[in-house]
Amino acid sequence: MANFRLCPDSGLFFDRNAESLMKVNAVAAAVSLLVAGLLALGVALTRWPAVHLLPAEQFYMFLTAHGLNALIFWIIFFEIAILYFASSTLLRCRLAAPRWAWLGFALMLIGAITTNVAIFQGNSSVMMTSYVPMQAAPHFYLGLILFAVGALIGCFVFFGTLVVAKNERTYEGSIPLVTFGAMTAAIIAVFTIASGAIILIPTFLWSIGYIGYIDPEMYRVIWWGMGHSSQQINVAAHVSVWYLVAGLVFGARPMSEKVSRFAFLLYIFFLQLASAHHILVDPGISSEWKIFNTSYAMYLAVLASMVHGLTVPGSMEVAQRLKGYNHGLFEWLRKAPWSNPVFSSTFISIIIFGFIGGITGVVMGTEQINLIIHNTIYVPAHFHATVAVGTTLTFMGLTYYLIPVLFRRQMILPGLARWQPYLFGAGMTALILFMMGAGTMGVARRSADMTFAGAALTYEYPGMAFTMMGLAGIGAVLAVIGGGAYLLVTVGSLVFGKKLDPSAGFLQSFGVPLSRGAYTAQPEILPMAAPVEEYGSAGHFEAPGTFALALVLLISFVVYYFINWKYLASVWPLS
Amino acid sequence: MSTYLPPAQRIWWNVPMGREEIVWIGIALIWCLIMFFMMPYWHVYGKQNLSNEAYQTTPAKYGPKVQAMIDKYTVRTETDQQIPVVHPPAGSDIYMLARLWQWWPIMELEKGKSYRLHLSSMDWNHGFSLQPININMQVVPGYEMVLNITPDVAGTYGVVCNEYCGIGHSTMLGRIYVKE
Amino acid sequence: MADPGNNPKDEEERIPAMQSLLENPFLLLFIGVAMPTVFYIIWGIMEIVTVPITP
Repeated sequence: MANFRLCPDSGLFFDRNAESLMKVNAVAAAVSLLVAGLLALGVALTRWPAVHLLPAEQFYMFLTAHGLNALIFWIIFFEIAILYFASSTLLRCRLAAPRWAWLGFALMLIGAITTNVAIFQGNSSVMMTSYVPMQAAPHFYLGLILFAVGALIGCFVFFGTLVVAKNERTYEGSIPLVTFGAMTAAIIAVFTIASGAIILIPTFLWSIGYIGYIDPEMYRVIWWGMGHSSQQINVAAHVSVWYLVAGLVFGARPMSEKVSRFAFLLYIFFLQLASAHHILVDPGISSEWKIFNTSYAMYLAVLASMVHGLTVPGSMEVAQRLKGYNHGLFEWLRKAPWSNPVFSSTFISIIIFGFIGGITGVVMGTEQINLIIHNTIYVPAHFHATVAVGTTLTFMGLTYYLIPVLFRRQMILPGLARWQPYLFGAGMTALILFMMGAGTMGVARRSADMTFAGAALTYEYPGMAFTMMGLAGIGAVLAVIGGGAYLLVTVGSLVFGKKLDPSAGFLQSFGVPLSRGAYTAQPEILPMAAPVEEYGSAGHFEAPGTFALALVLLISFVVYYFINWKYLASVWPLS
Repeated sequence: MSTYLPPAQRIWWNVPMGREEIVWIGIALIWCLIMFFMMPYWHVYGKQNLSNEAYQTTPAKYGPKVQAMIDKYTVRTETDQQIPVVHPPAGSDIYMLARLWQWWPIMELEKGKSYRLHLSSMDWNHGFSLQPININMQVVPGYEMVLNITPDVAGTYGVVCNEYCGIGHSTMLGRIYVKE
Repeated sequence: MADPGNNPKDEEERIPAMQSLLENPFLLLFIGVAMPTVFYIIWGIMEIVTVPITP
């Protein structure tokens, strides 16, 4: 008989194991983000031409570690916490196989530390991608493998919890939409980790001399099956969190369960094919493969993202209109709780992810247009829009919700927290736009020096490219300050925040379970949502404001897409 | 309150969609199909496509091809490193080699003429990034990529390496001249 | 078979095919792994191994 803690503020039931595991994963995520953010400062201040802080050797070391800590460790630790939340907490179900879940966490922790140690020992500055035949120290790969195995265990604990919840009938009807979205993320994660295993295990064996040769192109194709799909886990996860926040902040319900779930189904089918985005100007791969895969089979996963882009804010709009914010197209949005960081993080994330991350991703993932973008600094601009604003800022917003609910602490410095999403979002947006500009002028990514000092020949980027990289540097510094504010508020709250529960002590904040006495609640079966007549079947527009915003998105998309074709048409003919 | 609660209906699949969702899905689907068909369209009517002609090779096979071209068509050398500048005949196969941390040799091409440009790496991954027009290609060791290029603007072009290739990466710079 | 009743048992028998697909995590897991494995990985590997050797 499982026992739970009832959170009096949210009405959520927390299983003892799930609660501890969510905390430790979230804390490990925050530590990874701290490391990633400090490294980001070094990277950004080196790429800011007037500052040019680090010598090449440190720069490449910092960049390798920044990529792995920000893109892999921070996000996946946090996602494991989300998986446990979406299964155990939302379904009011005990966590399946908690010992396995702890083993998974231990492997992830050991793996993340091992890889970081390898990088900072200095012989593994191979970038996150570690393309063979460039070789890192064996424990660089070993750490990644351990981390991946741990994450895979986490995914199966999630699936196991779904099974337990169904068998023990902890909920009525179907699983909630948020849980369905988390399941989408877990499915993508399984493919991601399998691809990683297929390529990283042989690479590890090669690094210790057991295998003689790994084909560099084979490595690229399979590595990106992991490298890009891991970012697709993020898409599925942060879209789920968007839906969750719409429910938490506005009491919103999905505009249509069918449409939103079908959109997630399109992710399951097609999203992972986009790993081909990295292979578009590679030798030896046919255009048929490139076109089919880069377009997610006719852009069906893009269709899904465009649908979520309508239905997430649309569900917020419908909920706001029911509360009476019915005036004009946008009263619902003007009267949204802009000073609540849970909402503002999410909304900034939706806008930047859609308008910048999504559009740039599709444009540069077009087979031919990739020719004028591949490996320029436009590429990191794109994925900072998707991952640093899309995923990271969403997760930051969710953390503000979890501090009182999960960690049972009152948030400190609420004034700072209110500004944090804007600071981080504005800094990142500046970074992104200026890196996009510099990228269209040809500035290379992953380069320690854009002046080519020390080269036998000379080439000078346009003066505007230097200006843009400088402005990008300013944006990056703002974003790092915003990230620092997030960590100050969240970690500070765990340590100094007022205890909302007598047993929420210092150690408990960092994952030590509360005393058993705290877990005495026995939840009733999770009921279905109350039916509402006006939803779904109505023949009129329920969310006209969101629809107008969606049309603005579409127009921007079309215009920007064809501008890039026009630009492509102006370069040397190639065939 | 129901994004995180089970759906209100046991059979939610049969609940009709809202009007804007239907309209939006229709518009978005059309746009997705347009974007999809732009790529094959450009293969037929556009002028910037990859040939996708490629071969498996090795440094031992590729190096001598580059050297043969250098021996035959070198017109001068540049810099202290005596980098050869080759001026191959229009329409010929030209071979550029990437290695730590050089693009080798310098090419001198004629405007408006076509060449079959071969690219391969002797060691690690490199990135062929032709500046300032910003044409970018992945150069992978073990593979020889062939592109039919037609330089249509005269000038001096830089070949930047834009795939990380170790400590000297930012010094890896080559050059292509396009003459009237 | 008879006219549409309202008791839950009847409803469960008539869950639409798409809904039952969406409620089967392990079938979805299989599809989600099989699709990219076939179209991205296997097709991609076939492309690479069929690259001709340089003349």
